[in-house]
Amino acid sequence: MGTFVVRRLLGLIAVMFALTVLVFLIFFETPGVDPARLMAGRHPDPQTIANIKHEFGLDRPLPVQYVLMMKHMFVSRDLISYSTRTKVIPEIIAATPVTLSLVIGAAIIWVIFSIVLGLGAAVLRGTIWDPLLMVLALIGISMPVFWLGEIVNLFTQSRWHNFFLFSWVPPLGYTPLTQDPFLWFKGLVFPWLTLSVLYVGFYARVLRANLIETESEDYVRTARSKGISERRVLVRHNLRTSMITFVSLFGLDFGILVAGGALLVEVVFGLPGVGLLTYHSLTGLDLPVIMATVIYGAFFISLASALVDLLYAWLDPRVRPT
Amino acid sequence: MAEPLLEVRDLKVSFRTEDGIVRAVDGISFTVHEGEVVGIVGESGSGKSVSMMSVMRLITDPNAIYAGEIIYKGRNLMGLSRDAMRQVRGQEIAMIFQDPMTSLNPVYTVGWQIEEQLNEHNDLQKGQARRRAVELLGQVGIPKPEERIDDYPHQFSGGMRQRVMIALALSCNPDLLIADEPTTALDVTIQAQILELIKRLKRDFGSAVALITHDLGVVADIADRILVMYAGRIVEEGDKEQIFYDPQHPYTWGLLGSIARLDRPKAQRLTAIDGQPPSLIHRPQGCNFRPRCPHAFDRCRAEDPALTDKVGGGHLDACHLSVDDKRAKRDATINPQLAESA
Repeated sequence: MGTFVVRRLLGLIAVMFALTVLVFLIFFETPGVDPARLMAGRHPDPQTIANIKHEFGLDRPLPVQYVLMMKHMFVSRDLISYSTRTKVIPEIIAATPVTLSLVIGAAIIWVIFSIVLGLGAAVLRGTIWDPLLMVLALIGISMPVFWLGEIVNLFTQSRWHNFFLFSWVPPLGYTPLTQDPFLWFKGLVFPWLTLSVLYVGFYARVLRANLIETESEDYVRTARSKGISERRVLVRHNLRTSMITFVSLFGLDFGILVAGGALLVEVVFGLPGVGLLTYHSLTGLDLPVIMATVIYGAFFISLASALVDLLYAWLDPRVRPT
Repeated sequence: MAEPLLEVRDLKVSFRTEDGIVRAVDGISFTVHEGEVVGIVGESGSGKSVSMMSVMRLITDPNAIYAGEIIYKGRNLMGLSRDAMRQVRGQEIAMIFQDPMTSLNPVYTVGWQIEEQLNEHNDLQKGQARRRAVELLGQVGIPKPEERIDDYPHQFSGGMRQRVMIALALSCNPDLLIADEPTTALDVTIQAQILELIKRLKRDFGSAVALITHDLGVVADIADRILVMYAGRIVEEGDKEQIFYDPQHPYTWGLLGSIARLDRPKAQRLTAIDGQPPSLIHRPQGCNFRPRCPHAFDRCRAEDPALTDKVGGGHLDACHLSVDDKRAKRDATINPQLAESA
């Protein structure tokens, strides 16, 4: 198991290296793209372009350029945004806790609710509750998250804001946890719920399907023939094996969201997270920021998939190396 | 004779389906006595597994309909509450299933799975369950049980997994062991080992065994009594000797004709039973076996034969032919070539 972890982590490093090379080549060596010219602003003087080229080392050989860029990004952390002229890396570091707060909270909600819903639907199979719960889940999946967010804002921020149910909702925006934990929580309740709706629906359906499939497995019948309680059969045998799929999906979705996939929710609720940063840099074609956020995102996604592999081995002894 | 351990009275199990009611088990009655090995033989779909699964009340299909009584040690299992039934399962009656590759939970060690059952039915101290599990694994012939107890099912071969299943079934010392085709998924050499093991453990543990199989060769060695099932009914029942040396039902002849025997001259080829088993929704008029039976006559269409003792000595069969007729026609059906040359 130890060597498996080490091997997987070495693999992660290799993937990260390949990713940075690829991203670097896409942004700086695509024919027709001259980063120095982009950095120099509108109608630049050729001398300015040459200066920037020299300053960023863009006139040096390709491997040196790459190393310099990585040095700017990871070591001196002084990569400058074209449009705002601020340092990119501190900006991303400042945005990360916002995204993490949003995604972790939503993940807790979606894991709990989808297990309750999926388990409930599977247990109530054959009654009217199962299709009802699944239709509810389908509605959750089908609602566009930006639309749902706007509707939530419409009610909690404007129409019913003075109604006692929603009068506690603070204005849009983010308060750091360290500054005021209570306000942090209040401000994130609706973003959490909005982000988790889609995942609750999706995970509940996946879990229900898995539970029903596992129910017909021979080992569930064996468990029942042992005389253990129905609840134990359901939780220790049926749910336990069904969680294998659930957990692998969860790891990847979580990674994608931390990597900036929660962009729409961040934009709608005005949360200055990584998604919002990416969104602004994309609209402004701000190459250093785009590159940094892409590498940041890729890092979280590959980290998540490495963690999923480890978790998977922990959950399913069959894939464990011996 | 003493009170039987298990007495099944007129058990009927049907399933509601889109096409109609499937009568999978159609009124069977039999008994299993303490320490006895009863072989239940029949082809796929004859109701062997369904009837024994009903004894354990393991059929979870909501479309199943039951009728009849299953009396175990004087209690009707059909009327027990869920919790009372759980006490019976695993502790009083245990079951071994056909496919050892899929019958153990892949995510737990074999030791965990045995200990789970031990802890469910016994009030054990920490470590006691584990010691007992090691002991059981040793008893079923798993080498180095104290090491293998922490292995997962996928680290065992098919035959070894079936041994683990047997250890699991015997863990609470049940009075009745139901073995549902325990050797079907195994290699022939492993089959013999597993049967030998069941025979030995039956002696050591004193459990009665209900052995379900489609292979008469399997029961020839181990069974005391044999039930032959066809289309959800028992068509012949008797001691092993009666079934093998004086078979009464043409379906039993068909089964006997389709296995190779060492105690008879070698046949050029084995005989097969023509046709397919009947639909369990629309059963044939009269005898269920009539459409496939080479000796059917008018009465077989008109009247459904009852399972009665025509030969004597507790040897029951459900066929309209007279005993003399049957003895005259039997050899030609079991093996036409041998009958000709004789």
